[in-house]
Amino acid sequence: MLRVAVAIAMKDLRQRLRDRSAIILALVVPFALTFIFSQSLSDVTGGEVTFDYAIADLDGGSASQGFIGALRELEQEDVVSLRIATTREQAINLAGEGDVQASFVIPADFSEAVATNEAVMIEVFGNADAPIGTTVAESMAERFLQEVRAVQASIATAAGNLAEPDFDALATRAAEFPNPITVEDVSASRKELDANTFYAAGMAVFFLFFTVQFGVTGLLEERRDGTMRRLLVAPAPRSAILLGKLLTGFVLGVVSTAILAVLSTFLLDADWGSGVGVGILIVAGVIAAVSITALVASFANSVEQAGSALGIIALVFGALGGSFFPVSQAGGFIQQVSLITPHSWFLRGLSELQSGGEVVDIWPSVLALLVFTAVTAAIASRRLGKAVQA
Amino acid sequence: MTATTPDQSAAPATSALRCEGLSKSFGDLQAVKNVSFHIERGETYGLLGPNGAGKTTTISMVCGVLARDEGEVLVDGQSMSSGSVDVKSLIGYVPQDLAIYPDLTASENMRFFARLYGLSRNDANSRIDEVLDTIGLSDRAGDLVKTYSGGMKRRLNIGLGMLHRPKLLILDEPTVGVDPQSRNAILENVDQLSGEGMAVLYTTHYMEEAERLCDRVGIIDEGELKAEGTRRELVSLVGEHDRIQIEGAGDLEAGVAAVRDLPAVREASVAGQVISLIVNEARNTLPELLSTITGTGVQVRSIDVAEPDLEAVFLHLTGKALRD
Repeated sequence: MLRVAVAIAMKDLRQRLRDRSAIILALVVPFALTFIFSQSLSDVTGGEVTFDYAIADLDGGSASQGFIGALRELEQEDVVSLRIATTREQAINLAGEGDVQASFVIPADFSEAVATNEAVMIEVFGNADAPIGTTVAESMAERFLQEVRAVQASIATAAGNLAEPDFDALATRAAEFPNPITVEDVSASRKELDANTFYAAGMAVFFLFFTVQFGVTGLLEERRDGTMRRLLVAPAPRSAILLGKLLTGFVLGVVSTAILAVLSTFLLDADWGSGVGVGILIVAGVIAAVSITALVASFANSVEQAGSALGIIALVFGALGGSFFPVSQAGGFIQQVSLITPHSWFLRGLSELQSGGEVVDIWPSVLALLVFTAVTAAIASRRLGKAVQA
Repeated sequence: MTATTPDQSAAPATSALRCEGLSKSFGDLQAVKNVSFHIERGETYGLLGPNGAGKTTTISMVCGVLARDEGEVLVDGQSMSSGSVDVKSLIGYVPQDLAIYPDLTASENMRFFARLYGLSRNDANSRIDEVLDTIGLSDRAGDLVKTYSGGMKRRLNIGLGMLHRPKLLILDEPTVGVDPQSRNAILENVDQLSGEGMAVLYTTHYMEEAERLCDRVGIIDEGELKAEGTRRELVSLVGEHDRIQIEGAGDLEAGVAAVRDLPAVREASVAGQVISLIVNEARNTLPELLSTITGTGVQVRSIDVAEPDLEAVFLHLTGKALRD
């Protein structure tokens, strides 16, 4: 039986390679989309970002130096790139002309206002084409001012208890407070993939559902083309014919996903994590995809019908499962619903690996994929017998 | 030996193929009714009947593709069923429609089926060369099949059926839609195979092919095997009668209706622009026939009087022309 199944799979693979549609769908399109998405959308999906800001310190006091010092620390972490403007107008122009994403202007009496417990403000001027950078700048300024107001409250309390309060010393102490502006890299703790890896994996698992269907829909093609009758007359058990078709889908799926992983690693700097873990995930993901496509194809009467149904399933599962955007960031109901798709579990497993997890950490994902396989294969096996007929 | 009804046929226990009482229904339609026949080694047996007569259904049961409702199929003495993997290796099958892979070369098509039939690599290589030579495709063996002409594809379709040296080769109307030159090549191939000792089951609705190729012919219509035997035996069923074919224009049905009641006319039918008649003593009957037919307004263009053939036998047995 295995001899027949392997012969059928080898024949199918030869046809698919010659046809080239499988190569285009399994490799060219997903890699091209990965490249496009990762290049154009990396800023909004967690890629490394540096914000270009300018600052005009018209105060020059200890309080304003506290704010500049905080920004300098972020600059050392490559989160911020800081340019110094000498005037308010220059700061505004830098932002307006797009030289920076936003400019901070610290007014001349800023430190004195802090010390005398008056209202304080830092002006933020953003570039209209950089809304994210501007929003982040506003948050930084607001966060600093909140800390300053807390310090002002402390100064007011201390001053009330002192006969002759030393405002300069208090202001200096306030400036020595721990850095009030922090930008934490939360991707590791939330186990999210970086943009390149996310899109490479997302596109790989999305197109996997198109790639593996070349196997099982081969049953319908053999029927359409009249060759199924010849196969059935040959000494080939029906189960071997079916196994051969599933094997075709499996090989196409594993090879195409593996090639995409390698290509994206070397060409797009994606990081898939441990090779063994990735291999296990790919195999588990592919057999789940093969089983699901087999189930869908078992309800179809023609290649066209199967293609349409599988296209819809692939699209819905891809969107729900997070192939196009990180569903884990959506949270709530959508995140829960995504768990009904193998895509979600595949990407979740990869996230575990990329955040330093070991093979043991992906077992929940692998187990979930195997459950998908078991359930769909059980139903499909009851129905696919009908497809192996002349 | 005389032509017999199927139930009366006697077959040796080790016939290449022995079918006993095959029946198959699809819902209310009984496609095959109690069909029995046998084929000996080296014999070419023709199943002759019009489209829809039950030929392909019978073959499907013989090949194990279709489960039979009743009856028995023995190939080289072994019982056939859909799960009979070993028995299937004794059969070569050439379907009516092309069943080849156009994205593969002829060699690759053959190598694939050689694997399915369990031929060793060496055996497959030598056998592929032999078959390609037999069907005249050696020089195009490495070309993709989709670049072949229709006739070349047909020949490959047949070559795949005989690749593994089957004991029984089944050809299901292999010449349908084939140009005359390719048809001749196919018939020569089949002739050659039976000469090599292979048993051949050949279905057709072309009387000429059955007469040219087959040692014995079974006439099938509406799922029933009406009669079987050699050509001579079958023709003898018609008796000492002549066959007249009149090609004409006008209302031929009216012409046939007019002559059907004449005492000399035994069978009468229309197929296309041709009226087929089985008559007693054509020489004496012809004037009256022509007078009656032209009297209905039919314009006679040609008249052909001949000894009875399988067409006449079919007409005699079923009351209708083979190509109705």
